[in-house]
Amino acid sequence: MALDNIWVLAEFAESGPTTLTQELLTEARAIGTNVAAVSWGPDTATHAAALGDYGATKVYDVGDVGETLPGAPVAGAIAALIEGGDRPDALLIPASYDGRDVAGRLSVKLDRPVLTNVVGLSENGGLSSQHTLFGGTIAATAHFTGEGPHIFVVRAKSFTAEAGGGGAADVVSAPAPAPGASGAAKVTGRHVEERSGPKLDEASVIVSGGRGLGSAENYQMIEELANLLHGAAGASRAIVDAGWVPYARQVGQTGKTVKPDLYIACGISGATQHLVGMKGSKNIVAVNKDQDAPIFSVADLGIVGDVHKVLPALIEAIKNSK
Amino acid sequence: MNVVVCVKQIPDPAAPAALDPTTHNLDRTGKLILDDSDAYGVEMGLQLASGEGDEVILVSMAPGGETSGLRTALAMGAARAILVSDPALAGSDALGTAKVLAAAIKRAEPDLVLTATESTDGYTGTIPAQIAELLDLPSITFAKKIAIDGSTVKVERQTEAGYDEVESPLPAVVSVTAGVVEPRYPSFKGIMAAKSKQVDVLSVADIGVPEDQVGSVGAGQEITEVSKVEDRGGGEIVVDEGDGAERILAFLKELKVL
Repeated sequence: MALDNIWVLAEFAESGPTTLTQELLTEARAIGTNVAAVSWGPDTATHAAALGDYGATKVYDVGDVGETLPGAPVAGAIAALIEGGDRPDALLIPASYDGRDVAGRLSVKLDRPVLTNVVGLSENGGLSSQHTLFGGTIAATAHFTGEGPHIFVVRAKSFTAEAGGGGAADVVSAPAPAPGASGAAKVTGRHVEERSGPKLDEASVIVSGGRGLGSAENYQMIEELANLLHGAAGASRAIVDAGWVPYARQVGQTGKTVKPDLYIACGISGATQHLVGMKGSKNIVAVNKDQDAPIFSVADLGIVGDVHKVLPALIEAIKNSK
Repeated sequence: MNVVVCVKQIPDPAAPAALDPTTHNLDRTGKLILDDSDAYGVEMGLQLASGEGDEVILVSMAPGGETSGLRTALAMGAARAILVSDPALAGSDALGTAKVLAAAIKRAEPDLVLTATESTDGYTGTIPAQIAELLDLPSITFAKKIAIDGSTVKVERQTEAGYDEVESPLPAVVSVTAGVVEPRYPSFKGIMAAKSKQVDVLSVADIGVPEDQVGSVGAGQEITEVSKVEDRGGGEIVVDEGDGAERILAFLKELKVL
């Protein structure tokens, strides 16, 4: 028995629905009869075809929220729809910056709990969600005990995105009620950090560096190796906290979840915080001078050695082999 | 200016974590420490509330009247703490926790509420927005830089592409990312002073949150199954004897990455 109505909070990047949005729509299609997207922004309607292609038959368009941070107005718009009698059985929300804000505020508005860090869903009368705890060492299954709508915040890469070939979604206007004081946070400037090569969460090869690099300057070796392998450069939380590289590079619980074909961890000890974000990689290579480092417990090839020797030699060898 | 910093006292992440086999709640019976992620908010609060009459007030919820993590933050320089501790809170979900924290925060009449982005143990990451909604306040999550300008808080907020500059009138809730500031180490003097700082320990009834909205009774969710994840295992670990780079190169060729 499939669920009747599933809503997906849809977010967009330059090229259309984000990969995570596509993943959620694909899963919603598999477990629900009717899938609707909820989105905001000045040009939601232009994405109706792409949303439809991934399975949404309807898109509730909150409209342009201007410079207001989306959490409050979008949660307000969803709550208004639900009060108006349009009620989903479950809401799938991306584990993104704005997604978590929407989920938190909506949970209070509806007085319903949220299940976060969902990495899988299964349907047996109601929905159960899968979670990984303690750095991925424990798998837990959870479900809601009370009435819906049930709010799930889902991590990236939990499902595989696949277009279903549906027609364009019907656009239904769902404007936000005035959010009052809670909507007073405004964006006054936007900054895009320069990036070369593939995106961290879309790269098939990722080379990451950690504290073992010794200094911020040595991160340049990580970038060079990533470049040679047409991959992306990542980082552990330790060196992001230390200010060596921007947060956008962080792989782990608080950072990005990645599942590349190849993950090369250099000078990363493998705190649970890091492992939870990368242990789903197909192949893992680790270089660390401490042979007891937890990173070796997930490595397919582990080199107990000094990154300052191994990395330059590897970079040289790859250049020579080309 | 009153700055409230929400802090969580958690089982030491360096020690193996465990779930209670029958309730599936996180085992919090051992010694609790200040969540590392919260040290950033405490430091930020101390830097922002450094004027005459300014105060950093800690708000926490923990079992058994636990204060060891709070003492760490008091030793860093926070003025006092409000701790909600009540057997009825065992098994609370994030929404129940947010209701308790919001009620306690209200008592401190803050100009600014700081939280971490998420706790290290539960990592739900919804509490900052839930607290803000309960208090009808604006919120800015994922702050990597914070400044106060009169009655406005100015934040650099992480985004997928880089960061946004965001402003909000006070009072507001701001969640900070790790690395926003370098947390100070408590001085010996600070540790001694912390011992006599005021910690108000309140029950659920004291803060006026209905008991049926908190604890496992109020939690609208439950864990039904827990299992150990199989280790990946099977890897080859070799000590570099000058051939480390070659071993990796061969592996890359095997994977056809090269």
